[in-house]
Amino acid sequence: MFPGSNCDHDCVHVLSNVLSQKVREVWHKETSLDGLDAVILPGGFSYGDYLRTGAIARFSPVMGAVKHFADHGGMVLGICNGFQILLEAGLLPGAMLRNRSLAFICKDVHVRVENAATPFTGRCESGQILRLPIAHAEGNYYTDPVTLAALQANAQIVFRYCTPDGNITPEANPNGSLDNIAGIRNAEGNVLGLMPHPERCAEEVLGNDDGRLIFLSMLDALKKARLHPKMVGAG
Amino acid sequence: MAGLSARRPPTSEGGRSMRAVEASHGIPRTKAPKCFRWEGERELKAKIHVTLKQGILDPQGKAIEHALETLGFKSASNVRVGKYLELDLKETDKAKAEVEVKSMCEKLLANTIIEEYRYELS
Repeated sequence: MFPGSNCDHDCVHVLSNVLSQKVREVWHKETSLDGLDAVILPGGFSYGDYLRTGAIARFSPVMGAVKHFADHGGMVLGICNGFQILLEAGLLPGAMLRNRSLAFICKDVHVRVENAATPFTGRCESGQILRLPIAHAEGNYYTDPVTLAALQANAQIVFRYCTPDGNITPEANPNGSLDNIAGIRNAEGNVLGLMPHPERCAEEVLGNDDGRLIFLSMLDALKKARLHPKMVGAG
Repeated sequence: MAGLSARRPPTSEGGRSMRAVEASHGIPRTKAPKCFRWEGERELKAKIHVTLKQGILDPQGKAIEHALETLGFKSASNVRVGKYLELDLKETDKAKAEVEVKSMCEKLLANTIIEEYRYELS
């Protein structure tokens, strides 16, 4: 949690109340993540998004620990502003530009699961369409052509914006993101960043629980990792 | 020296505003003591511009370009919006200051994946 995070309690709610998991809230000044199985960087407007989204947050004391955690195979999920922080911190490649329309976009979108063999998407089918809400002004993913080619070749693009029936079209792209990218993982597979908010649609009472699949996948991966250590980053 | 005067809060009417007098309970504030330095040992000021790289779509720039066009400024094109930062450096050696500012830009002030920067030291 960073000063300006505002989706942290949604994540805590889903994990503790919906999925009955133990959650530790970690403040940005802490320097240890010892004892944690997975780390979630929540959405919001860390440090007021001054300079660039995530640019100041990446120098928070806790980010050293997050990098250490990720470098040792720990599972890290960055949602929205959390994704932007991971990009600024270099834990994921690329950068975010302002939305093509310049507008802050807050609506449900459809994304297609491009890689179901990750610790974050194990409960999904490849090609499955999820309906998830987005809420951001800087979600226009950009990277250089060489990095994009590497992302495509290594199946690092995990979610892409699509039409309700799963077609990847320019019209289905809400923010101008390169290659309709909504979420990517690192080469090792243990760090995922996505712009949509799965924590906002993870229980039936909200009318949509597609987001729950991502958290359930993470729990599955952790269970597997306990049986077979070093499996977390596989996929 | 521009570097020193920039640090004082903005005032009106000859450097002392009514508000400043009130805040000090009627006692006029005295001027800050002037600092003297040897010629050539002046603190440096960095003026830094950060813009999106050429070739990367700048939606803000595009929107402004359209607005200019609507206003009749037909000759304006390729509008790019950027950030301007100013900072004072304790460093008095220009070469060392340059290394420092460059490092600041690379590490924080610009994201070199999408942005380019230029600076002047004076």
